[in-house]
Amino acid sequence: MEGLNELAFVLGGVNHWITVFLIMAGLYIIVSRSNMIKKLVGLSIFQTSVYLLYVSPGKIIGGTAPIIIANAPDQMYSNPLPHVLILTAIVVGVATLALGLALVVRINEAYGSIEEDEVYSGEDWN
Amino acid sequence: MEFLINLILLLFLAAVTIGIIGVRNLFAVVVLGGAYSFLMATLLIAMDAVDVGMTEAAVGAGVSTVLLLSALHLTNTEEAPAKHSNVLPIALSLLTGAVLVYGTWDLPRYGEADTAVNSYVGDEYLARSIPETTIPNVVTSVLATYRGYDTLGETAVIFTAGIGVLMLLKGRRRKEDEDEEEERS
Repeated sequence: MEGLNELAFVLGGVNHWITVFLIMAGLYIIVSRSNMIKKLVGLSIFQTSVYLLYVSPGKIIGGTAPIIIANAPDQMYSNPLPHVLILTAIVVGVATLALGLALVVRINEAYGSIEEDEVYSGEDWN
Repeated sequence: MEFLINLILLLFLAAVTIGIIGVRNLFAVVVLGGAYSFLMATLLIAMDAVDVGMTEAAVGAGVSTVLLLSALHLTNTEEAPAKHSNVLPIALSLLTGAVLVYGTWDLPRYGEADTAVNSYVGDEYLARSIPETTIPNVVTSVLATYRGYDTLGETAVIFTAGIGVLMLLKGRRRKEDEDEEEERS
């Protein structure tokens, strides 16, 4: 019985832990890579893993998508609120990405490189 | 069964992420990013977040990939080899990961119904949606009515970002015109 409880604990936590792994990977890409486009891809991974962090606690096993079914009063539904919040976050995420990429394109024109190291070393501040 | 589908999709996601870290060709990185977004969309649908899954497939895998590809077209597709040591970033991400895993001990286990997350506001929305708004899709009714100001703010963010992108790229075009004039004279 004890072992079964522990198994349920581990299975129920796996979702969170892989989400944490994705967050770590995104953060690692942002900090370690000097290529700016790769940094932005890392930022996207970071953002998407936050979607998981929000949506997975709202899921109910045995429930269904939160679209009300007529004549089924006992039907369980997953929590709709995290879905709404994350819909907003996705759109804001793509807006951030677009702005970041436009900046990268301009930096590439001004310095001829999208590598952070080269931009810093070949700088002429004017 | 739901656990199993989830677990497989999550492991796929982790594998694709490791691929993104390792690959140096940016074109491959962008394509892997598209695959990542589609996997994420599938996972979100498996978690009953159908609206979010659809938006992620359209915006994350579609629009983002197109944006990244057009940026690659204007810049460079090969990443320079790393110059710094990786010790500090690895330590930083491991530390963050450790703190976050410690935090998951207090989170509800996956799929439980009687948790704090699923007890108060969510139930209220589910109960009120049909009588107050007559919309069966609760996500739509919350997005458009109860949290309408949120959506307005979101639109403002997109508007601002759009203006920002236009201004940044417009300066670029003007500079090109000047260069051409200089070449002519």
